[in-house]
Amino acid sequence: MAKRIDVSGLSAYYGGTKAIEDISMTVEPRSVTAFIGPSGCGKSTFLRTLNRMHEVIPGARVEGKVLLDDENLYGAGVDPVAVRRTVGMVFQRPNPFPTMSIYENVVAGLKLAGVKKKAVLDGVVESSLKGANLWNEVKDRLNKPGAGLSGGQQQRLCIARAIAVEPQVLLMDEPCSALDPISTLAIEDLIGELKERFTIVIVTHNMQQAARVSDRTAFFNLAGVGQPGKLIELDDTQRIFSNPSVQATEDYISGRFG
Amino acid sequence: MTSSPPPDFSEKSGPPASTGVRPPASTGRSGQSSLKGNSRLGDSVFFGLSAGSGILLLVIMAAIAGFLLFRSGIAISKDHTNFLTTFGWDPDNILKPSFGIAVLAFGTIVSAAIAMLIAVPIATGIALFISHYAPRRIAQPFAYLVDLLAAVPSIIYGLWGALFLVPHLNGLMSWLNEYLGWTYIFKTTDPGAPARSLFTVGILLAIMVLPIITAVSREVFRQVPRAHEEAALALGATRWEMIRTAVLPFGRPGIISASMLGLGRALGETIAVATVLSSSSVLSLHILDAGGGTFAQNIALKFGEAGPLGKDALMAAGMVLFVITLLVNGAARLIIARRKEYSGANA
Amino acid sequence: MTTAPSVADRTPVPQLNHTLTAARLPRWAPAGVAALSIVLGCAIGAGAGLASHLQWGLLAALLFVAISFGLAARVEGVRQAKDRIATSLIWVAFILAVIPLVSLMVYTIQQGAGVVNGDFLTHSMRGVVASSGPGGGIYHALLGTLQQIGLATAIAAPIGLLTAVYLVEYGRGPLAKIVTFFVDVMTGIPSIVAGLFILSVWNIGLGFQYSGFSGSLALAILMMPVVVRSTEEMLKLVPNELREASYALGVPKWKTILRIVLPTAIGGITTGVMLAIARIAGETAPVMMLVGVWDSINSNPFVGPQESLPVFIWQQYSQVNNQYGYARAWGAALVLIALVMGLNLIARGIASWRSPKAGR
Repeated sequence: MAKRIDVSGLSAYYGGTKAIEDISMTVEPRSVTAFIGPSGCGKSTFLRTLNRMHEVIPGARVEGKVLLDDENLYGAGVDPVAVRRTVGMVFQRPNPFPTMSIYENVVAGLKLAGVKKKAVLDGVVESSLKGANLWNEVKDRLNKPGAGLSGGQQQRLCIARAIAVEPQVLLMDEPCSALDPISTLAIEDLIGELKERFTIVIVTHNMQQAARVSDRTAFFNLAGVGQPGKLIELDDTQRIFSNPSVQATEDYISGRFG
Repeated sequence: MTSSPPPDFSEKSGPPASTGVRPPASTGRSGQSSLKGNSRLGDSVFFGLSAGSGILLLVIMAAIAGFLLFRSGIAISKDHTNFLTTFGWDPDNILKPSFGIAVLAFGTIVSAAIAMLIAVPIATGIALFISHYAPRRIAQPFAYLVDLLAAVPSIIYGLWGALFLVPHLNGLMSWLNEYLGWTYIFKTTDPGAPARSLFTVGILLAIMVLPIITAVSREVFRQVPRAHEEAALALGATRWEMIRTAVLPFGRPGIISASMLGLGRALGETIAVATVLSSSSVLSLHILDAGGGTFAQNIALKFGEAGPLGKDALMAAGMVLFVITLLVNGAARLIIARRKEYSGANA
Repeated sequence: MTTAPSVADRTPVPQLNHTLTAARLPRWAPAGVAALSIVLGCAIGAGAGLASHLQWGLLAALLFVAISFGLAARVEGVRQAKDRIATSLIWVAFILAVIPLVSLMVYTIQQGAGVVNGDFLTHSMRGVVASSGPGGGIYHALLGTLQQIGLATAIAAPIGLLTAVYLVEYGRGPLAKIVTFFVDVMTGIPSIVAGLFILSVWNIGLGFQYSGFSGSLALAILMMPVVVRSTEEMLKLVPNELREASYALGVPKWKTILRIVLPTAIGGITTGVMLAIARIAGETAPVMMLVGVWDSINSNPFVGPQESLPVFIWQQYSQVNNQYGYARAWGAALVLIALVMGLNLIARGIASWRSPKAGR
């Protein structure tokens, strides 16, 4: 079910400001691709163009093509709502719905899709929470509010919620930046398991994390303040961190800026 | 001043209320006491003043309740009929004063209920329109306009209601009578008469409380964390589904408290009702028929010619109104407080 | 790590299809359906001989909802259809609200503009037989209103301000909680009840007669909680660092409040007070009850009845079906609206000019 993503000539704007310029890349299915780069380089913006969440912000628009197994996300007749169902997303800060229980949080997407059968929902809750390595911790309190969990548990709950709708791609926008080291480790382990089934793209500020979890790494940079962000290079993670082909990448990785 | 040691802020729970007396704790350790004594005095005086103001507010509230209760007691003890179930209002009858709130309570509740039925859904819609649907260029000025309208005096709503709304509602009234007359409620016994009925009052009250309910719920909708809206959208929700999953549950206590505020206004509205309603001491479920009355309207209308007992009787009506609005506002507080505990962790 | 059960293993859920494209209705569809419904509504209305045009409109509206839902559900799916219906309903709410509110403004201006002129603003009703012709003015009422709201502000603003200071700067214990609760409750007191209260204490209890001042007392009661609330909000926005910086210099608490906290928040506080004034300026019932009505100029608010703008409107309106009375009422209404709106605009101007910028 995992799909390949092919991006070509993609630029994104906020009103009149160009945030990212002319990005082309391929993301392999069943792999983890990490986006790294200094603040403001547009890596999160780019991530949000991959499930059409970018255009949710008033005045934001996108040019270019994103192919999901040959189907253009920005093609005519494509429904952004359907895109977001196919390409799931996990956000920087855990954001379970505060008024819902753990159970309701996991099935929120299915409920929207019109799934009502209790047996189906029960099954999905169990498999999704197991998939997110959270089942054992919460199985006795599924009807408690999701907001009562710890930060790391909340983030795994959000992952469970995202995978419950069976997406083909999972986008993660700095999923560990608000978490403590132990929770971070748990999420990183989970990413390693999830890549068996999903195409995963993760934005991270933490280069060790990129090195630990990803198969391929893309480095983004911007020429200066106010300039749009660009993709500098994309290669196997190992190569990027040992022998990058562009000088800027090496400078960034070795801590000379950023 | 700046050379004196920092004052002792641990006394946040409040220095002794007896102003002018230096707190004993400071005597032991203050060397340059003239400066320090001054600042202590200043602190005590200022604290006394501000705490005193707070207490004054409480005293006023207590006095309102106390005086109204006292006056109503006088009135009700002289009432020759049952205060709760009597329809008429004739307190200044020297031989046999009789008055009761049955018609007034009915009219107040019915008109406020009609107002709420109309205003709450529409106000919620407008609030969503401003916070989530309208293009920015419209949303901002429109929100501003709604705020301004909240400030329009009720006498002007009343004037407009009586001279503009009433004649323009005649068509609707006869239509309701003709096609929905079988419901009994919408039956008109006197078709064609000016629509100075509880129904019209309800519509006018709805228009009057619309801006308040809108303004409060709009603020709540705006405070819905973006993260929750995006979470819903990322799950593949349409805009309406996003609002149902993320915005409305989060905003529900806000809508409730906004509605309670509006309800309080509608229950206590005086002059607009007095302007529009053609009152009588008839209790009728035909809400399109002129007649009936509300607490506040009755007080304003009867006050001019009321004698001593008449005034006390009106105080009794005011007391009932006071208690009702207290209960409504208190309930709103409780609902909000409880919801906060439940959903506060991540908000 | 235990191998997690694969999502692929579980029974597929039929509703979760992953086609990206979805048929969409063309952009002109809502307008087209609207036009079609109006035509159909009128046709059915005329065909069935329904007399009421209201009914035609109702039919058209129902048809619009039904057709657009059916069409959208068929072409785009039920979820999209619901989304469309919600969007239309929210636009309908907007239009429903705009109609009466705009009508109120336009009608008041229309009716009042012809009446308001120099004479109207500078004359009282003394010696004018109100029911038999035009003439007279609102000078006495304007004067009364300004004096009454001035006195009310002089009473309510300091008390409200100090109470807010107490709640924000000192208030911790149970007393603060009780005060907070009752301020909230007090906000909801109907104005007529405040009027009755002053009547029972001041006039009946202490034997005072009609006067502008006794009206001001009732208005002050209505104003206080509003001032407390808004001032409280503003004081909470003053950053704690400012207070701490002042304490660290050895400035006592009361001076910190007077010199640092209040000046920082003064813009917002003024706004709150102005909005509260705007609210009480239009109060009718308590003023009528306590200040009475008066045809002539009475510039002493402490002795004798006075007129005020809202009461003037009420008085003129009460001469049932008298065109001159109605005209004067509209004229006074326009002046009152202008006064209230002016206060509001100034208040908002101050608010955007200087208020502590909150980080939100």
